[in-house]
Amino acid sequence: MNTEESTATSDPNLDPPCDPEDALIEIKDFNFFYGTAQALYDLNFDIPEKKVTAFIGPSGCGKSTLLRSINRMNDLIDGAHHQGDIIINGHSVFDPLTEVISLRKRIGMVFQKSNPFPKSIYENVIYGLRVSGRNKKGELDQVVMESLKGAALWDEVKDRLHESALGLSGGQMQRLCIARAIANKPEVILMDEPCSALDPIATGKIEELIHELKNQFTIVIVTHNMQQAARVSDNTAFFYLGKLIEYSTTENIFFNPKQAQTEAYITGRFG
Amino acid sequence: MAAEPKNGSTDRPRGETLVWLCSAGLALGVLMVVTLLGLIFWEGITVFWPKKVAEVTLHEESPARLGQLNTISGVVVKRQTNIKSGKEEWQLLTGNKDAYGAMFKYIDAADVQSVSHPEAIVVAERMEYGNSIFYATSLKFQDGTVIPVDAPDFWESFESAIGEVRDRYRKINRLEKKDIGRINRKVNELTIEQRALERRQAEGSAIDEAQLEAIKQNLAELQADYQVLAGQARELRGRQEADILHYRLSSGQERSQPLGDFVGFHQPNRMGLWDKISFFLHHIWSFLSERPREANTEGGIFPAIFGTFVMTVLMSAAVMPFGVVAAIYLREYAKQGPFVRSVRIAVNNLAGVPSIVYGVFGLGFFVYIVGGAVDQLFFSDRLPTAPFGTGGILWASLTLALMTVPVVVVATEEALAAVPRGAREASLACGASKWQTIQRIVLPASAPGILTGLILAMARGAGEVAPLMIVGVVKLAPSLPIDGVFPFFHLERKFMHLGFHIYDLGFQSPDSEAARPMVFATTFLLILLVVVLNLGAVLIRNHLRKKYATGAF
Repeated sequence: MNTEESTATSDPNLDPPCDPEDALIEIKDFNFFYGTAQALYDLNFDIPEKKVTAFIGPSGCGKSTLLRSINRMNDLIDGAHHQGDIIINGHSVFDPLTEVISLRKRIGMVFQKSNPFPKSIYENVIYGLRVSGRNKKGELDQVVMESLKGAALWDEVKDRLHESALGLSGGQMQRLCIARAIANKPEVILMDEPCSALDPIATGKIEELIHELKNQFTIVIVTHNMQQAARVSDNTAFFYLGKLIEYSTTENIFFNPKQAQTEAYITGRFG
Repeated sequence: MAAEPKNGSTDRPRGETLVWLCSAGLALGVLMVVTLLGLIFWEGITVFWPKKVAEVTLHEESPARLGQLNTISGVVVKRQTNIKSGKEEWQLLTGNKDAYGAMFKYIDAADVQSVSHPEAIVVAERMEYGNSIFYATSLKFQDGTVIPVDAPDFWESFESAIGEVRDRYRKINRLEKKDIGRINRKVNELTIEQRALERRQAEGSAIDEAQLEAIKQNLAELQADYQVLAGQARELRGRQEADILHYRLSSGQERSQPLGDFVGFHQPNRMGLWDKISFFLHHIWSFLSERPREANTEGGIFPAIFGTFVMTVLMSAAVMPFGVVAAIYLREYAKQGPFVRSVRIAVNNLAGVPSIVYGVFGLGFFVYIVGGAVDQLFFSDRLPTAPFGTGGILWASLTLALMTVPVVVVATEEALAAVPRGAREASLACGASKWQTIQRIVLPASAPGILTGLILAMARGAGEVAPLMIVGVVKLAPSLPIDGVFPFFHLERKFMHLGFHIYDLGFQSPDSEAARPMVFATTFLLILLVVVLNLGAVLIRNHLRKKYATGAF
């Protein structure tokens, strides 16, 4: 694969899967650096509301970095900095007036490794409410029920809400993390390879769940598993070496890729 | 021939011999610890076991005889070879220091004609001059009745008379400590008020004459109360001297002593196993619960246990928040760079500063500067007596806290660093602030590690003596740092400490040979106390570890 060729022809907006009016998240001229090493190059694309957008690409291509930039999780990393902007609902994520705490409440996140707190299931779900000082019992009960139902976990745990979350199975833990994310009623849910540590059955459940959730939330999912991207997402963005190679509807990416690199990747020739 | 062992050694994986070396090192360490603990345990615990008293009959011309008779009784402590003469000699604990001038007697084994264990012999614990070993002859009561030793009710009367003596002793103590003590405190307070008023009068400002009068009258009343109580105490003391025990020593001297001088008695050669066990347990209990007597070589060590315990708890209460907060800032908030690195190195190095240096610092800073300022501000009318401006348990605890801060900081930093990133990220992603994350997620998860630091700090602090000697430990404290008198916590008071007690007994007591068993018993107890405190912390840690198991992260 010739790099010259790919940069010359990769214009992701050639076939934009997202009308500018529908865009919830706009990524504008976004560059990202870890110290002096550049991880993302000039990204420009929009992510539509109430759709599932998948980021695919080989390891180290920057898809997780981009995801973590959306809720500013990269702030934690020493020496990381960016150029350009990410705009959600018309407000810049990086605006000095944007409070990172309220931003993260509006953007839920589910991590690769399920990470429930060593607390009860109940306390796990309402953690976000607790830290915002919402402690009314009635409200919390309501949120726990709704969130667990939303994460398709309610029936399995309703009788042991006050037992430790660490007693759940891997798949249940991950769904609990999703319940925790949706308890804050976010606009966007970011998922960073949510199924990579799960068995196929648990993975199937999560994928079903993602289908359900997209009625209410905008979901951005990073995945290594191309079948998964094909199954769950509406749009797919393919990254390679920090650049957006192709961004289109999932159908187009998988059945009619415009870029040779994309085709090579999804057919398993590299990556 | 040379090839064979070479072949053999190549068969064996490399490094196998090093495993042996490691295990040998461990075995040596374990052996040393076990031997030391075993020695301390054995020597410390056998102090309380009643030992047989031997009556030794000497040759007529032996230089060792102590009276007109050629017999001596005592407990054979050691049989050893005299370094000078090369002959075998026995060390005999003879007691009767008032009669013989020493507690111990060395006799040549060659001088010994015969040894017997007469059942009638009595070992009596006394208020002064240590134990006495004798044959009782008769009891003479105040009303003139005399009970000779061969009377059937002699031992019963002796026992009950000693019981009465003990009750009276306790009564006197209570009277003097509690009732007279209360009057003294009131007198003290009133005198301070009076002085303050008089000082103002002398300076020329108008004062309430009636108030001054009231104080004076109050003082007079208290004085009268005091006279009554003091009279009662005097009477009780006189009663202690009234009944008299006549006894004869093995060496022939006839002696008599008021019963008030005795604490208890037993007849070791007559005791069965059960008697011995009950004596043993009783002896241990009185060692743990009583106050020391006779330059600490007799009686119990309760004040020292209590002082050590209170000091360690105070120290932990001071060092925990301080060390943890410092470590949180250092690890979580401070920008990691050369400055923070040098701070960290400095903190680590503080752990190596000799403890006496901390003692000197504590004396200068806590006692003189802080304590002096507290006295100036709150107790200026009491000067020149300075409650806080001299060493006390509070300053000693703070000094030790300062000394153990590095341990807690290092342990806490490591515990914080060990909390997985996933846990922090999960919390932050839920919209928690950094402080909320630390408070709700990071600190609970690192609590076991922090407690490990505290355990190390406690172990170091509880066993430390050198700095305490200059910031508040004394060999005999009249009152405990916590008692029933308002305001209950008297943290300015001087206190006793097991570690210092060991030093004091072993190296400062008038008769260090006699104090030897107490040194072992006290050492054993100090180790036990440290172990108990540590076990407590370990249990809490294990509980937390189970509760905040972070296996899922």
